[in-house]
Amino acid sequence: MSTVPFDINTFSRRILGRCRLWGTILRISIQERIVYRGDFMLGTLMRFLPIVTQMFLWAAVFAAVPGNSGGETRIVGYRYQDMVAYYLLTMLSRAFSSMPGLASGITREIREGGIKKFLIQPIGLLEFLFFYRVAHKLVYYSIAAVPFAIVFYLCRGFFLHTPHGWEWAAYVASLIMAFLLGFFLEATIGLLGFWFLEVSSLLFIYMLLSFFFSGHMFPIDMLPQPFYTIVRMIPLQYLAYFPSAVFLGKVRGEELVMGLLIQAAWVVTFMVLAKLTLQRGLKRYSGFGG
Amino acid sequence: MIPLRQYLLVFGTFARNSLIRDMTFRANFIIEFLSSLSWVFMNLGFYILIFRYTPSLGVGTGWGKYEFFAFTGTGLMINSLAAMLFMTNADNFGNFVRQGNLDFLLLKPIDTQFIVSLQRIEWSSSGNFLVGLLLLLYSLRQMNYVPSAITTALYIVYIICGLLILYSLMFMMASTSVWLGRNETLFDFWFYIVNFARYPMEIYEGRFGRPFRWFFTFIIPVLVAVNVPARFIARPLKPQTAQDWALAGFTIVATVAMLVLCRLVFLAALRSYRSASS
Repeated sequence: MSTVPFDINTFSRRILGRCRLWGTILRISIQERIVYRGDFMLGTLMRFLPIVTQMFLWAAVFAAVPGNSGGETRIVGYRYQDMVAYYLLTMLSRAFSSMPGLASGITREIREGGIKKFLIQPIGLLEFLFFYRVAHKLVYYSIAAVPFAIVFYLCRGFFLHTPHGWEWAAYVASLIMAFLLGFFLEATIGLLGFWFLEVSSLLFIYMLLSFFFSGHMFPIDMLPQPFYTIVRMIPLQYLAYFPSAVFLGKVRGEELVMGLLIQAAWVVTFMVLAKLTLQRGLKRYSGFGG
Repeated sequence: MIPLRQYLLVFGTFARNSLIRDMTFRANFIIEFLSSLSWVFMNLGFYILIFRYTPSLGVGTGWGKYEFFAFTGTGLMINSLAAMLFMTNADNFGNFVRQGNLDFLLLKPIDTQFIVSLQRIEWSSSGNFLVGLLLLLYSLRQMNYVPSAITTALYIVYIICGLLILYSLMFMMASTSVWLGRNETLFDFWFYIVNFARYPMEIYEGRFGRPFRWFFTFIIPVLVAVNVPARFIARPLKPQTAQDWALAGFTIVATVAMLVLCRLVFLAALRSYRSASS
């Protein structure tokens, strides 16, 4: 590091430079994504089809729950409508937290040597991937907004509880942090490729656990002990369950504040972990491929 | 016309070659075997969780925990057979069309649909079949029910019908790649439709459920594929209703109709095939 005395002009020029760099990565990546939009909207609409089955399945389940009658039957505090709303909301959470191809992409770059370009260019690997992903997601949301809006409008009757005021802010914060957590978690897994070269089995285990324990398949409140306590302690729930629970008003007051803080702590943890893994990995990197 | 024996011989060769290939890349085989199994166990975990909260799916449908597990076992067997025999082949069919490799298959002195459908056997799905079978046997034991020889025979016949219905649907969709060039969305669509058949048809109830059930029973008959055999073995309602028998009769008709339709679509696709690259 140089020991030039602090100069506000140089400093602001450097910040400005950084921002311009980030802007450029963002712009290039957006253009790249738009090219491939194709039958994307139809594909997104179809992704909601399994929810149709879930709606009927849960209707049948709720109808048969003993000791209750009418619309007030509850399973772990969820009414039928809450349950359907929950599944719709996890679709939205997953739209933020899932990172298709991130980990496997990083490992491929390591294996095939593509990562070398980040060693000589003035852009960090994580930095580039992060803005690439932000661009990817921005394009995704701008196109997927249409099918999402259609489905949520058609299903508006299932939302018995909608957030108000600062609950919205908490919800948006939890979604953004779900994105950050998903990114740094998967980036860390991908960066383990410095040691393993192939992380597909590791990634598969992660995907499996995350599908079951993030709350994508069912609200994790349904889990019996001791699974419930364990699942509440690991970070996966913040990828899908937590934002949806915030939206449905399941976490309130102090619990909500604590939840957001713990989520933020996980984000920071994995951010640091990803950076450390990259640093350590680059030290043992031997530059395969041409 | 090549006699049936020859077809069986060729099929045996396909199965053997696929097994040799799988055993060559053994680690990959084991990973695929385990990964498809773990999805199954995850789904079972979800079902066990559901039945912690409810005694049955729907009121008065008879689908209690073990009846439903027998259903799921049946569905697992049918789906794993479809995955084992046809899934990879349907996927490859699109590639053959795109890359022009179908030319070589057309030259072979054997029915083209036969080669295209069965060339590659996915042995790694066999684990799911076994889990399905074990789940079925376990559920039958829990229900204290020993099916008669006739019931078992009917069950096997209807499993084959279900398999053929799924096959026809899959290959009709795969055939469209001749016209569309690329049809990944359509292929996904197959998965989504088959997804509807994962639960007993009684869950499709009410203002939207009834027409939905009707459509996926009589127009696109995916619901009968698993439901009809499962009803024979799990007997959710005893004695079985006349409606059940009517549905069983319809399933035979539907299977034949789907096979014929699939054949017609396939032949039409071949006629429109214009090769590629060379």
